[in-house]
Amino acid sequence: MNSGDSEPPAEVYRRYLESGGLGFQRCAGCGAAVFYPRVLCPVCGESGLTWESSSGLGVVYATTAVYRWEGDPYNVVLVDLEEGFRMMSRVEGVSAERVEVGASVMLRVDREGDDPSPVFVLRGEGP
Amino acid sequence: MSLRGKVAVVGVAEADLGEVGPGFTPLDLIGQATLRALEDSGLDKSDVDGLFSASAYYHLPTLSVGEYLGIRPRYSDATSMGGSSFVSHLLHAAAAIDAGLCEVALISYGSTQRSGGGRLVTGSETDPYEAPYNPRYPVSMYALAASRHMHEYGTTREQLAEVAVAAREWAKLNPKAFMREDLTVEDVLSSRMVSSPLSVRDCCLVTDGGGAAIVTSAEGARDLEVTPVYLLGAGEAHWHRSISQMPDLTVSAAVESGPRAYAMAGVGPEDVDVAMLYDAFTINTVLFLEDLGFCEKGEGGAFVSGGRISPGGELAVNTSGGGLSYNHPGMYGLLLIVEAVRQLRGESGDRQVENPNIALVHGNGGVLSSQVTALLGSERAL
Repeated sequence: MNSGDSEPPAEVYRRYLESGGLGFQRCAGCGAAVFYPRVLCPVCGESGLTWESSSGLGVVYATTAVYRWEGDPYNVVLVDLEEGFRMMSRVEGVSAERVEVGASVMLRVDREGDDPSPVFVLRGEGP
Repeated sequence: MSLRGKVAVVGVAEADLGEVGPGFTPLDLIGQATLRALEDSGLDKSDVDGLFSASAYYHLPTLSVGEYLGIRPRYSDATSMGGSSFVSHLLHAAAAIDAGLCEVALISYGSTQRSGGGRLVTGSETDPYEAPYNPRYPVSMYALAASRHMHEYGTTREQLAEVAVAAREWAKLNPKAFMREDLTVEDVLSSRMVSSPLSVRDCCLVTDGGGAAIVTSAEGARDLEVTPVYLLGAGEAHWHRSISQMPDLTVSAAVESGPRAYAMAGVGPEDVDVAMLYDAFTINTVLFLEDLGFCEKGEGGAFVSGGRISPGGELAVNTSGGGLSYNHPGMYGLLLIVEAVRQLRGESGDRQVENPNIALVHGNGGVLSSQVTALLGSERAL
């Protein structure tokens, strides 16, 4: 039996992804953006977390190209979303070594695997 | 109330190192190291009443160690936070001994990861919010930190390579070091890339090995025929488990563990004669030199360059050859303690630093996650 007033945070997150969005939590107490999803705010300890949908706009905070014995390297990045949270992801559509710290990126939900997963593409200079 | 000078390390030893061959178990290596450390201390197995261990092999490590060795401890601590655990055990043993909960503590570790398959043995779970992107654990996480340090401070691959070269120069002076061939900055730069910007020579070894340390009260130590090495101070800190939760990839929690240890010891970085900094990857040494106050944030790359942490340089760092060139059996923290104790006793042979009184030991665990700093000192440092 659960406390009755909530569904598991990871399931809410997954619902956002299934509808093509990236959900994160906002603390009603201190305003912190919280990611990954949980049942309390790790900054102030409040339990009042509300869900918001991210704009999906962010900046690459750190990047690495992971090399394999065969095939091209693939990239792994940490992205700072404009709402104030950070997540691991990858940048698609560009070779792994070309992804730079500070690059502007935007969300694209990858639905090819079993589970939808948030990935990013580079944002162009103009519209 | 301070733990400064309350306990001493009275025995240290390595297990067989490198590649011990098939069939040996991690507990066999713990057994070897324990016998040697007890012999080093002059104590008997029956004197040990406190057990400290961590392991990627044994779910309940102090239980397995106690059973194998035939020790029935009255105090048991399996604090597990990665490679730093054993430096943490030193602090926890001091507290337990000072509180009268045990008198003689054995800290031990063993791994047969090289003979067992040549890959890091880890019980690490995957983070569901990181797993979809297949970072290679743990190198990609340290690579991310290196990329950020390079971006913010202009740190270069050449500077990171200097860390590996310095470690190798020390290793050449250590007969027990696993890799002792010449290594140049160019060699590091041209070696196989693993997770950029870290090449295979920016990464620690994958070896078998282990160690043991015996800790007892300062009073008890004076009854033994050994040169006691005193724990002057220690501090712990951790802020995250997964790299995506690390607040600033250029600042580790060593900025808290260090000052805690310095404060207890009543010393600062300027008093340190020899520093053992957990070098799982070249970026670690740069970060910890900064975070522990040996240089300003962002200056670590320059600090390690030009042979300044090599033999004969300004600061003796990782005199065994470190995790990069001496030995790295999955978790390396105990071997940092072994080398620091030997340096303070003047037993380090060709790599001996001249009359050191204070050694800093800094353990790192997880993905720059747990940070534990300890200051060890000779009788003169008390």
